[in-house]
Amino acid sequence: MSAVLPASALELRGIVKKYPGTPPVHALAGVDLRIEDGELAAIVGPSGSGKSTMLHVMGTLDRPTEGTVLVDGRDLSRMGDRRLSAVRSQLIGFVFQQFFLIDGMSALDNVGNGLLYSGTKPRERRQHAAQALIRVGLGQRLSHFPNQLSGGERQRVAIARAVVHRPAIVLADEPTGNLDSRSSESIMELIHELNDEGTTIVVITHDHDVADGLPRQISVRDGRIEHDSLPPLSRSASLAESSHRGAVK
Amino acid sequence: MRPTDGRVQKSRLRIGDAFGVGSTGLRTRKMRTALSALGVTIGIAAMVGVLGLSESSRADLSNKIEALGTNLLTVSPGGGFGGGDGVLPEEAVAKIRRIGPVDEVADVVELDVSVLRNDYVNENRTGGLTVVATDLGLLGTLNGEVAEGVWLNSASASYTNVVLGSESANRLGIESVDAGMQVFIGGEWFTVVGILDPFPLAADLDRSVLIGMDVATALFDTELNPSIVYLRTPSESLDAVRGVLAATVDPAEPDEVSVSRPSDVLEAEEAADSAFTSLFLGLGAVALLVGGIGIANVMVIAVIERRNEIGLRRALGATRAHIRRQFLTEALLLSTLGGLAGVGLGATVTAVYASTQDWEVVIPPEAALGGFGAAVAIGVIAGLYPAMRAARLAPTEALRSA
Repeated sequence: MSAVLPASALELRGIVKKYPGTPPVHALAGVDLRIEDGELAAIVGPSGSGKSTMLHVMGTLDRPTEGTVLVDGRDLSRMGDRRLSAVRSQLIGFVFQQFFLIDGMSALDNVGNGLLYSGTKPRERRQHAAQALIRVGLGQRLSHFPNQLSGGERQRVAIARAVVHRPAIVLADEPTGNLDSRSSESIMELIHELNDEGTTIVVITHDHDVADGLPRQISVRDGRIEHDSLPPLSRSASLAESSHRGAVK
Repeated sequence: MRPTDGRVQKSRLRIGDAFGVGSTGLRTRKMRTALSALGVTIGIAAMVGVLGLSESSRADLSNKIEALGTNLLTVSPGGGFGGGDGVLPEEAVAKIRRIGPVDEVADVVELDVSVLRNDYVNENRTGGLTVVATDLGLLGTLNGEVAEGVWLNSASASYTNVVLGSESANRLGIESVDAGMQVFIGGEWFTVVGILDPFPLAADLDRSVLIGMDVATALFDTELNPSIVYLRTPSESLDAVRGVLAATVDPAEPDEVSVSRPSDVLEAEEAADSAFTSLFLGLGAVALLVGGIGIANVMVIAVIERRNEIGLRRALGATRAHIRRQFLTEALLLSTLGGLAGVGLGATVTAVYASTQDWEVVIPPEAALGGFGAAVAIGVIAGLYPAMRAARLAPTEALRSA
């Protein structure tokens, strides 16, 4: 079947992650998961459930002890640090709870950083960054510095940075965790909009209200997937639905 | 960009961007940058300044020595245990002239009279000036120069004419010879016909006023025992001449004759300078070392403070090498900045000090280049450990909020 279908944006096969210690901690105890192109999914679970580890493994920031990760159809298991970095620079976008903007840089340059390590020329970076900032509604804030922006605006800058290189998948770690409820709502709206335009997004959250607003919820507990609102069988249906939605737009 | 042809390109950072990334930290913390570069600045400035100043003063001394020649000897009374009568035999000059290799001989005779600005001045207020009767060959033997007017000649030396040493002219308040200025020497009026430049090898003469031998004997009824005899001899026979001088001048009491070579003093000065130079260079090196440790320290702190930034950059696709390069560039920029400022400061100090001393300004290029090179090397060494630490940091560790 996988030969017929286009490659998934992200696939986890039998992922186990152990942290050494006595006794060793099983952060992930056998996780299988596929995120298709164009999906918007929530990974939800309490703290300590293993969802952060899952984010790190999906984002190639950490290696699983066992199992295989595929991003955009590429098997990461045999890749060294340099090739993993390359995968991150071109295929993955990250959004963090703490925004992680660089203080001494304007919004434009912060977003441009999303293209920095793929060797894009500074002029091109600025052009793409400006487009991305306009897209997230910050066209008036291009030369503002992070300390001149509100929390919601900062997260918009961070989202622009995560999508500026048009990655195969965006991983958002508690994107609304540091925001008040109004900013949170508008950030989630933005995430929906970006997904409507075709961006594959996985939101990691402990907040069930956030998760419930998304088309697919994957709940994690004790390093295992406890429940997936779209089990593997109905995946093709979900695909059909998303392509249908894309057609209507 | 997500690759359209299915191939993932290597992560890469453009050279210009590596520079930009490496300088972001410095630009956002300007005060800290300035302070941590200061250590290296002081070290490099000390080294460049010390080398520059010692080279400048050495150049000045060698110029002097070269101009004066090292083949000048002086013969003066005294130096032995006999007590003696403190004078040289009257025929000393004639005897010295008979020593084969000697080229030029000139003597001066100190007179027991005082020089006064005019006849109203108390006779005891000599102002520390000495009146000497001089051989006409003195100026040539000492390579002296006339600043104003003329030197004595065989005609003018027979009359009441006087030439002032540079310091004498200064103390007597005489700046020019045009107006037929007169001074009062031993109860007689003398006309000032010339003022001399300082004698580098015979500073005593700067505080003298010089009159002719004939007029001295005629007016002051003095014996003509030389106080000092100056002589020049070819360099190759200098030691031989030096060896026989005392016995030639006073065969009876050679111990009572002291022979010296004025340029020895300058050469000793030059040697002493180089001893100080190594001491100060050592101090400069210590300052540089402390500066380097300062940079290493600041870089270690920067790596700890910017853990999140490191994590973010890794998430954006930076490889370990990119992170290492970023912090190495930062340390290198810091020390280069300090080094450039240090070279500038050292050169400025050298130029300012040398020109106040009327020295030729010499900033040895090897000192400037060496100082700059040392700064760069310090930057690499100081930055290496923090940069490796930053690069080794696992992305997940770096992204954890503090």
